[in-house]
Amino acid sequence: MRSILTVFRKEVVDNFRDRRTLFSSLVFGPLLGPVMFTLMMSLVLDKAGDSAEKDIDLPVAGAELAPNLLAFLGQNGIVAEAPPDDPRQSVRDGTHDMVLIIPADFPARFTAGEPASVQLVLDESDSHAAASISRVRRLLRIYSQQIGSLRLQARGVSTGVIHPVVVQNLDVSTPTGRSVVILGMMTYFILFSILIGGMYLAIDATAGERERGSLEPLLTLPVARHELILGKIAATCFYMLLSLTLTVSLFTVLLPLVPLDALGMNVNFTAVSALQSIGIMIPFILVGAGLLTVVASFTHSYKEAQTWLSVVLIVPTVPILVAALQSLKPTLVLMLVPSLSQHLLITEIIKDEPVPLSWTLVSVVSTTVFGVLLIALAARLYQREKILG
Amino acid sequence: MIEVSALRKSFGDVQAVRDVSFRATDGRITGLLGPNGAGKSTTLRMLYTVLRPDGGTAAINGHDILREPLRVRQAIGVLPHSAGLYPNLTARQNIHYYACLHGLDGDAANACVDDLVLRLGLQEFADRRAKGFSHGQRTRVALARALVHSPRNVLLDEPTSGLDVMATRKLRDVVRGLRDDGCCVLLSSHVMQEVSALCDDIVIIGAGRVIASGSPDAIREQAGTADLEEAFVALLDRSL
Repeated sequence: MRSILTVFRKEVVDNFRDRRTLFSSLVFGPLLGPVMFTLMMSLVLDKAGDSAEKDIDLPVAGAELAPNLLAFLGQNGIVAEAPPDDPRQSVRDGTHDMVLIIPADFPARFTAGEPASVQLVLDESDSHAAASISRVRRLLRIYSQQIGSLRLQARGVSTGVIHPVVVQNLDVSTPTGRSVVILGMMTYFILFSILIGGMYLAIDATAGERERGSLEPLLTLPVARHELILGKIAATCFYMLLSLTLTVSLFTVLLPLVPLDALGMNVNFTAVSALQSIGIMIPFILVGAGLLTVVASFTHSYKEAQTWLSVVLIVPTVPILVAALQSLKPTLVLMLVPSLSQHLLITEIIKDEPVPLSWTLVSVVSTTVFGVLLIALAARLYQREKILG
Repeated sequence: MIEVSALRKSFGDVQAVRDVSFRATDGRITGLLGPNGAGKSTTLRMLYTVLRPDGGTAAINGHDILREPLRVRQAIGVLPHSAGLYPNLTARQNIHYYACLHGLDGDAANACVDDLVLRLGLQEFADRRAKGFSHGQRTRVALARALVHSPRNVLLDEPTSGLDVMATRKLRDVVRGLRDDGCCVLLSSHVMQEVSALCDDIVIIGAGRVIASGSPDAIREQAGTADLEEAFVALLDRSL
């Protein structure tokens, strides 16, 4: 036990002086998630705000033929401007998002009460223009319906005739519930920061020591090998915990700064939620440390270990991804799966919904058991002669 | 006291050590001499218990390397081929770490580190990080690390390879000092001069087998030449 402590202390001090470990567990891991998240959210909010409020400039060919239509568009924030010489080309090369063409026969057909067509030149593949295009389309449809209704009324027919079915959307999602889809990313960022925080230490404990030549003298000491590796894994866990705490704290500070209520989201991530999240994540640290050390044990060099561990960073996302695609609801059985159970539980915490104690217990116990098994495997692998390369 | 009997070790198809037996006694420096790839390092690695022999066995201070590896490791100090220091720790911290892992703590560990720093003349760079050390400095710190628990048996794998004349001399003095304190010193080398300058007993290894062993005089007699290097070459040729 004392040797484990000695190894732990040495690894913590040693890696505190290693710029790579320090950077990844104290800067890169904790910052990446919250910063990326805040940035992405701000972009989403910007876009949503943008297309709703801003006027759209719409080049119109033959504007003088449909003054009524243009007046209607003008009232709804669509500003007509002079058309380009070649509408198709100008849309194709992106000069304009779209061009409205009013054919010469429009006034005649319109007055005669026949269907009068207008042409909207657009590029469906241009996702940037999608919001403006759908707005213009919607306004054109509304204009058409309004004229239709007026004509029916002029003939003494109820407008109800052309609305046999009316759809009313009853949105039952609570504001917080809606926010979960986006906040689900948060749990992945937390898992990621845990793994990143311990990655370099896990490499150093196996491939790094071997490559440096310090493993062989270490193994000649009167200390059981499992004590050496347990000390190293403990140090890995320490850096992971550091990274986890920093990440969650940063989220707690940054989330209130993102104007999520603009999207109708009501986020309630308090210091208590932060502590709960950290508590729920701690068992996953064991899984992460065990997993990284096991994988690093099979590699022959520092570089190879780095390559493999970068792949391992993706592994915990797989259950989360599957759950998201299948839109799985949290159940007691799902609490058996490491990474997924943490994701589901933290999501519940964000939603501010009561979490059954049994869920938390199953998650903590099963993840801890899984982690201990992985660490036992890592210790076994450390006994092999091959560990010396 | 190190007693080796019929050690064998293969890596896949390669038989690194076929049959090695010898005895290294206290208060003497024993040299394992042989060309590159003869099995010297593999033999030493089995003795310091990082490799398991396929056959045969060895005992250090009466402790069997297979049955009591922890006892064996308590009784030995090892300088492996690669010095392998932790670059982010100072020389002193590198030595202190090993002292702690040997079960020393607090003042005892510090006192022991201070003593070794003086004995091996590390004062100049003792508090610098190992990152920028020269090969000679690294070797000396690694040797200090190996001696931190005052072992009665010291195993050195090619200790002077890559060292300059002054560093080699210093290291030899330390090794002689260990012998004079009554330690059993076992070192490997492929350099005849090294062994003849330092060793009281010589074990010549070729292709994983012991070809000859004894004092330098006995070796010369066995080969029938007055020159030790000639004897080395002659005995090797004869064995192949």
